[in-house]
Amino acid sequence: MIMALQDKYKELLDAAKASGVINLQQREQDNVLYVDGEAPSGAVKDKLWNIYGTIDPDFRAGDLILNISVATAVPGAKAKVTTESTSLNIRKGPGTDQPVVGQAAHNEIVTLVSKMNDQWWLIRTNSGIEGYAFAQYLSPQ
Amino acid sequence: MLAKIHKMLLLITMAAIAFPSCGVKDSTISEAITQKSQSMPELGQIRASVANGVVTLSGEVKDDATRTSVEEAVKSIKGVRSVINNCTITPPPPPPPVAVSQDDVLSRGVADATKDFPGVKANVKDGVITLTGEIKRSSLPTLMKSLNALNPKKIQNQLTIK
Repeated sequence: MIMALQDKYKELLDAAKASGVINLQQREQDNVLYVDGEAPSGAVKDKLWNIYGTIDPDFRAGDLILNISVATAVPGAKAKVTTESTSLNIRKGPGTDQPVVGQAAHNEIVTLVSKMNDQWWLIRTNSGIEGYAFAQYLSPQ
Repeated sequence: MLAKIHKMLLLITMAAIAFPSCGVKDSTISEAITQKSQSMPELGQIRASVANGVVTLSGEVKDDATRTSVEEAVKSIKGVRSVINNCTITPPPPPPPVAVSQDDVLSRGVADATKDFPGVKANVKDGVITLTGEIKRSSLPTLMKSLNALNPKKIQNQLTIK
């Protein structure tokens, strides 16, 4: 079974190795392959997700957890707001239950102040608004 | 005259038997290995026995490159005629088990991740996220990237993709 999943996602795993993903771990447990690592750039993370999307276009197999963080997401770094089209809420605390203190526009470049966790980053806009934003809509530059 | 030559030849033969490796004693080689291991800790962690200039290495090394480098280091010692490398490579430790987030942590993360996708319903149980409802195909990767970063055990995607 281990070999089967690693064969299925071979292209993805090979690309991760070839693209300089560090701390790359691949583990299989209860018929799910867990792939963790840190990509050198947002572009590499996107590339890996695109490969995942070609292997399982509907993300329906439920046999892979792909958890790739981006190494350039460090304090002081710039990140682009990559919402689909709307503005990104900036909140007082890390959670959607927290009050909104401001917004960053779609495609705006903001500064990463610190990482609360993989989901919430403390950011600052050029206009000086500081608060927490959902990391999924921030692409490190 | 002939007797003198015979005597000399005998002496040379005796010397060759006494010091087979160009005059370097096994004990000298052993000392040189010990000396070398001071600047090469990998060498210090394995065993080296010397017999007639032949060094036998045994023990565990961390990888193939180390296995080769200790052999080369010993070969370069004066008087070493050959090296028998019996070193084995230590198997890597098994990876730690997969850490799955607790359901309450996971539920909060799922609520945040699905907030912008009003058609998506999500249920969390025993680390498994089950998605139902509907989503636009273009939004699916965004949602999946968020959910995959939450350390779930598994994601069951039963969404209708539009």
